[in-house]
Amino acid sequence: MSDSVSVAIHGVSKVFGHDRNAVTALDDVSLDIREGEFFTLLGPSGCGKTTLLRLIAGFEHPTRGHIDLHGEEISHLPPYRRPVNTVFQSYALFPHMTVAENIGFGLEMQGKSKEETTSTVGEMLRLVQMEDLADRRTDQISGGQQQRVALARALAPRPRVLLLDEPLSALDYKLRKGMQIELKRLQNETGITFIFVTHDQEEALTMSDRLAVMSQGKVLQVGAPREIYAHPAVRFVADFIGDTNFLDAELLEIERDRTELKLPSGKPVSARGAARSVDGKVHIAVRPEQTTLTRDADAAHLEGHIDNVVYSGTDTHYHITLPGGESFVVRTQNRGDSGDEWQAGQTAGIVIEPGAVQILAD
Amino acid sequence: MADNSQRNDSVFEAAAHRARVRRNWLLSTPALIILVLAASGPLLVMLAYSFLQAGDYGGVEYRFSTEGWFQVFLARDIFDDTVSVADAHLSIFWRSARLSFLTTVTALALGFPTAYFIATRPRSSRNLWLFLVTVPFWTNLLIRTFAIMEVIKNQGIVNTLLMSAGVISEPIQMLYTDFAIMLGMTYVYLPLMILPVYASMEKLDFRLVEAGYDLYATRIKVLWRVIIPLVKPGIVAGCILVFIPSLGAYVTPRVLGGGRNLMIGNLIELQFGQGSNWPLGAALSIFLLLVVMVALLLYVRNSQKANNIVRH
Ligand SMILES: Nc1ncnc2c1ncn2[C@@H]1O[C@H](COP(=O)(O)OP(=O)(O)OP(=O)(O)O)[C@@H](O)[C@H]1O
Ligand SMILES: [Mg+2]
Repeated sequence: MSDSVSVAIHGVSKVFGHDRNAVTALDDVSLDIREGEFFTLLGPSGCGKTTLLRLIAGFEHPTRGHIDLHGEEISHLPPYRRPVNTVFQSYALFPHMTVAENIGFGLEMQGKSKEETTSTVGEMLRLVQMEDLADRRTDQISGGQQQRVALARALAPRPRVLLLDEPLSALDYKLRKGMQIELKRLQNETGITFIFVTHDQEEALTMSDRLAVMSQGKVLQVGAPREIYAHPAVRFVADFIGDTNFLDAELLEIERDRTELKLPSGKPVSARGAARSVDGKVHIAVRPEQTTLTRDADAAHLEGHIDNVVYSGTDTHYHITLPGGESFVVRTQNRGDSGDEWQAGQTAGIVIEPGAVQILAD
Repeated sequence: MADNSQRNDSVFEAAAHRARVRRNWLLSTPALIILVLAASGPLLVMLAYSFLQAGDYGGVEYRFSTEGWFQVFLARDIFDDTVSVADAHLSIFWRSARLSFLTTVTALALGFPTAYFIATRPRSSRNLWLFLVTVPFWTNLLIRTFAIMEVIKNQGIVNTLLMSAGVISEPIQMLYTDFAIMLGMTYVYLPLMILPVYASMEKLDFRLVEAGYDLYATRIKVLWRVIIPLVKPGIVAGCILVFIPSLGAYVTPRVLGGGRNLMIGNLIELQFGQGSNWPLGAALSIFLLLVVMVALLLYVRNSQKANNIVRH
């Protein structure tokens, strides 16, 4: 992976329809996707992921803004002039062609020679382990096999960028896990920039080098999975990825890159980064697994009433109500020696691990 | 005993089966009657007539003769009985085939983009467009044909416009030409092309078209390599639906061809009317039918073979 930018999206907006029927699918989106990276667009249904892919592929044109590929503007180019290929969500394999003909289609259209096409198709068939089915019609192979043909067909012309629109969503759980690994392998072997769309946060976290979390046509946060999980910038990201406790805190003091806060319990706590606040109130997020329970009132940051204890194999979840009425979840890993130490109905102190408090921008 | 009861079962089953078959026959009686009376009956009559002798003033005499079939292709000299090929008939066959082919090609060239246009409209407005396509069917064929005559005759709309615009000084003779016949047939049969092509096009998954563009196919390539192969059943159906009635067209060549440029339909009519040669007319009709049937059979055979090659 190098640091040079592959796809640069500059202030792109996309509005469908006119006047009263206008739908803003994308709202001033800017992104830099690096060469050779596995980049994921993550967001709930209808947030504009497919629209963004279609703009990069050239099936739609931006209402505002422009898209560059390796420094050259491509917004005005038709899809067949962009070195970008798509793995469609529905696969969109040509039903009147065999597996091999499907894979060779792009090469043939690029005007490659017969020998080159044949050898590349063979290579691609081997890459996706479909050599035996080269002459099958595409309606005579399974969903997982169709998915691999779609992948091979999009990879065969050696695009600079591969766009994948929820390519795994039609597969069952086991096949999906297998294909996730296979996709990562293919991306490593080919070095092609992958832009992957999913609404599955786990898939996004495990597969991506970096990801962009989208909501309602906007990109809310871009970063490595670890960064996004540990330091969600806004409430939506914190909520969409993993489980989170939300609290209101009071601003005490801002130092260069630290902020001192006062929790609802009156206890002080410090957080990374500088908070901005008009009325002295700050919204914070705390991951349940970065908290523990304690009987030591001095060590506890918060105190609450345990409503419910849920055992889930590796973890135990404690559902707690704070004095102000807010609910709070503490998650602890189960170890052999820890018995059922805490029960519903008890009052417990909550310890927040250092660095676990995340200041939200909204 | 067990054996016996099994035998009984099968006896009952057979009886039930017979009852079912009887009921099915009963239910299909109306359809069968219509088929016999409206289709097979007249055909058999025609077949019989084609092997009878012509009556002096029309009709047939009930004596076996192959003269009707003989005259389809051959002509006997009135004076010395020498036999020669019936040039007049062959040229009419040729005109029929040529004009029907040209009509089919033109209808496809016009109908395909129209069908594509309708299929790519929003779902809500497609029915309106389809409705507009079928509107000409509401008027009588004869009246529509006369309307075309008004447009292309020497003092007609086209010539008047072109002359007043100064493009031409003399009217172009369009009426009573092969061109007029072809134009008329294309106009009349165009909906028969549009509708089946549209039916295929509507089922076309346009994501496949996008996949084509995505894989470096230009518009023309996508048309040839993706769209046309996928809507081929509709194209074939449309071509058959246009070609066959064109081949047997009667009104259009009669009105727009002015009685000089005959097609098979007119030739047949002539034999039953002025020509008073019913056996020849009957033989020509059966001949037309056979040509169409053989062509269809060949097509079906071929497309099955092509399918097998792909499927194997
Ligand atoms: N052609 C279109 N015409 C009108 N509105 C559209 C069109 N395409 C998308 N939209 C709207 O734009 C918004 C974003 O759609 P998009 O398909 O990009 O969502 P998505 O994030 O891919 O969702 P999903 O996860 O369900 O696929 C939606 O509100 C959708 O209704
Ligand atoms: Mg989508």
